[in-house]
Amino acid sequence: MSILEVDGITKMFGGLTALNRVTFKLEEGEILGIIGPNGAGKTTLFNVICGVYPPEEGKVVFNGENITGLSPFKITRKGIARTHQVVKPLNELTVLENVMVGACFGRDYRPLAEAREIAFEILELTGLIDRAELPAGKLNVPEKKRLELSRALASNPTLLLLDEVLAGLNPAEVNEMLEIIENVRKKGITIMMIEHLMHAIMKISDRIIVLDYGEKIAEGSPEEVSKDPRVIEAYLGDPELSLKLLKKRKAEFDAAEGAEKAERAKEGT
Amino acid sequence: MKDSLKNLTDVSLLWLLAIIAVMAVIPPITNSITMREDIFLILQYIALAASLNIILGFTGYVSFGHIVYYGIGGYVAFALMYFYGIHLIPAMIAGGIVCAIIAYLLGEAVLRLRGAYFAIATIGINEAVKALVNNLEFLGGSAGLFFNFKIYQNYGGAGNAIWLAYYLMAILAIVVITSNYLIKKSKFGLGLMSIREDEDAAIVLGIDTKKYKSLAYMLSAFFPGMVGAIFFFKNGNIEPVNAFHLLKSIEMIFMVVLGGFGTVTGPFVGSLLYERIRGLLLVNPLFKDLHMAVAGIILLLLILFVPSGVIGYLRDKVAILRRYVE
Repeated sequence: MSILEVDGITKMFGGLTALNRVTFKLEEGEILGIIGPNGAGKTTLFNVICGVYPPEEGKVVFNGENITGLSPFKITRKGIARTHQVVKPLNELTVLENVMVGACFGRDYRPLAEAREIAFEILELTGLIDRAELPAGKLNVPEKKRLELSRALASNPTLLLLDEVLAGLNPAEVNEMLEIIENVRKKGITIMMIEHLMHAIMKISDRIIVLDYGEKIAEGSPEEVSKDPRVIEAYLGDPELSLKLLKKRKAEFDAAEGAEKAERAKEGT
Repeated sequence: MKDSLKNLTDVSLLWLLAIIAVMAVIPPITNSITMREDIFLILQYIALAASLNIILGFTGYVSFGHIVYYGIGGYVAFALMYFYGIHLIPAMIAGGIVCAIIAYLLGEAVLRLRGAYFAIATIGINEAVKALVNNLEFLGGSAGLFFNFKIYQNYGGAGNAIWLAYYLMAILAIVVITSNYLIKKSKFGLGLMSIREDEDAAIVLGIDTKKYKSLAYMLSAFFPGMVGAIFFFKNGNIEPVNAFHLLKSIEMIFMVVLGGFGTVTGPFVGSLLYERIRGLLLVNPLFKDLHMAVAGIILLLLILFVPSGVIGYLRDKVAILRRYVE
């Protein structure tokens, strides 16, 4: 059974169709990447799944249960946690208290004392432990992103929605974050992530969905998706030109690979 | 709650309660009437400020017309004593309960509003209730109700009745401060503070924001209802102008912000300081009509430069205080 089924979701804002009959399934334990140009409806999709916006049409089924239209806090307690693209730290509370909120009110609904223990464990995992007593407002941006992730993890979710956790991080921080995400997946948590950083999402996702103007225009393995002319069009505009560019890049890539092989063969002798 | 109950022996709460208790026993020991009146006022301020702190300080909702619950509680208790001769203590509790129920019903509507809209709506509630009571004949309309002096005979004369009111106010102040502390240390309090910091984040983190806001609002209405009951019992009369005086609402906000909103010690410190400032200004011929104007200027400066109030500022600057001052 799929952990999440999104079935024909339509979401309108006034005259604007932010999501147009989006349908997909998510299998347990996989990492699903969501990509698409700005304004494609990616974050809106997360907001609909989490219950922040009720959809006009369609339904969201989580673990076989229809959760469409439930209040966000009820959905969180069923085991869906998320991070925000624009971070939302609880500024005046300490980092530890922020994470405790996740554990207190999440799927397990822990009492305060247990939540504190869990928060320490999570902060150890996400590398924020030495910031535990600092007010969350005083963290820098990469730390705030990690705090978002820590808080979501503290609720012990079975499905984790990550909204651009890599944006604004430098390459070293990106690698650290990817490592954390890999570790989360190893714990058996299913992950859905929105990301603009192509090389990262291509590397980590099992499957990718592409949204454009609220519609799902492609779905498949990272390789399939990156070759899809509609995807290339959405990102670059002209499919002809894009294909040419892609071919050129592939030729370059092959050439480089050929050279590398030759190099290795030379070393071997 | 279980987590926080064992914290009741915490130093940061005990010293605070000790000061209030010591302060409260000075008048009966010295048998000083002026002292009793002064301290009665301070205790009333503490109870009111700490009540407002629950919705304003912990939850971040600026209830601007909060004095409405003081008035409603006052009227309910006064009417019960006046018409049915009910004893002050049950009348006071009834006043508090009616306030909590009204807060629940009104909260269903106004707690959907945020920020300035909520503040304005609460002013509207206060003015509307005042206008309503003004027109209720059985409550004496705008002239209000006056106790027959005989009512105090049940308490062993007017003197004893006033002392009873005094002791009840002292107990109430201690109860409200303690409840502030318990809330702050509980899971409920953590939820409220999350709502204060970012309500949208709070609901996605799993907090039933609607229920929590409603509970906080009910609690912060319950205590002022009892304060009003005690005050108007001691006063001997109640009229709409006194019961629903918006100025008193502003005083409450001033005390919470001055002391430090969202702290346990803040409302206490704010009440003491405000009572002193007010006392000094009122006896000064130059300022006697301007004490609220001066308070307004102080409030403005506080919000601009020390938004966390006296206690918030001290806790921020002096690390050692954080262990002893909540």
